[in-house]
Amino acid sequence: MKIVTICGAGIGSSGILKVNAERVLQRLGLEATVVAADIGSVARVAADAQVILTSAEFVEAIGPTRADVVVIENYFDTDELSRKLEVAIG
Amino acid sequence: MTLPELADRAIVLRARAADWREAVRIAGDALVDSGCTTSEYTDAMIRMVEDHGPYIVIAPGLALAHARPGGAVRCDGLSVVTLAGPVDFGHAHHDPVRVVIGLAGVAPDAHLAAVAALANAFNDSAAISAVADAPTREAVRAILERSERS
Repeated sequence: MKIVTICGAGIGSSGILKVNAERVLQRLGLEATVVAADIGSVARVAADAQVILTSAEFVEAIGPTRADVVVIENYFDTDELSRKLEVAIG
Repeated sequence: MTLPELADRAIVLRARAADWREAVRIAGDALVDSGCTTSEYTDAMIRMVEDHGPYIVIAPGLALAHARPGGAVRCDGLSVVTLAGPVDFGHAHHDPVRVVIGLAGVAPDAHLAAVAALANAFNDSAAISAVADAPTREAVRAILERSERS
């Protein structure tokens, strides 16, 4: 299982999402690799990903993908992240 | 997993900003004043929002201003700005913004250590308004450090 977090710079906000996604996965007892990347490299980095976590602003730019694109509103709300990850993975 | 040390110059309380650009610039200036970045990094932080939209507003009332590592970054750094009057970034859910965090990292992995510590601090949903209302720099440090230990 590979999860990619996407933001404009591939650090900062996608880093927050990566850190919190890893915490939630551990809590849920799920194994996955979480990679933070910038929007410019999404096609390459997310080619083999099952889930892409991002903000609404990037959905259009991500374009066609086999991965499940999940929009996160509050990056610090691990309950929201947990709920949406469970749906995407489950 | 520790935050870069928050020098006095990296914390700006009750700043006045007319709009989001000014708010981000104040966070950038604080990074420049701390010796961590040049003003080009501030320009790059503003450009990120112009190019991609207000996605840096990652939680209610909080913007995480940042750009890519590069020549404009001299050291890993963090700045914290609280606004005297909240400003709108045009975000669908999280406006208005009362706290702007400026983040600079020499390399992506350095960024990650700092963002992990930030996540520790702000996963507590009360932390954003506590920082926004902090009366002193010491109070800001206390909120971030208390969360770091938990």
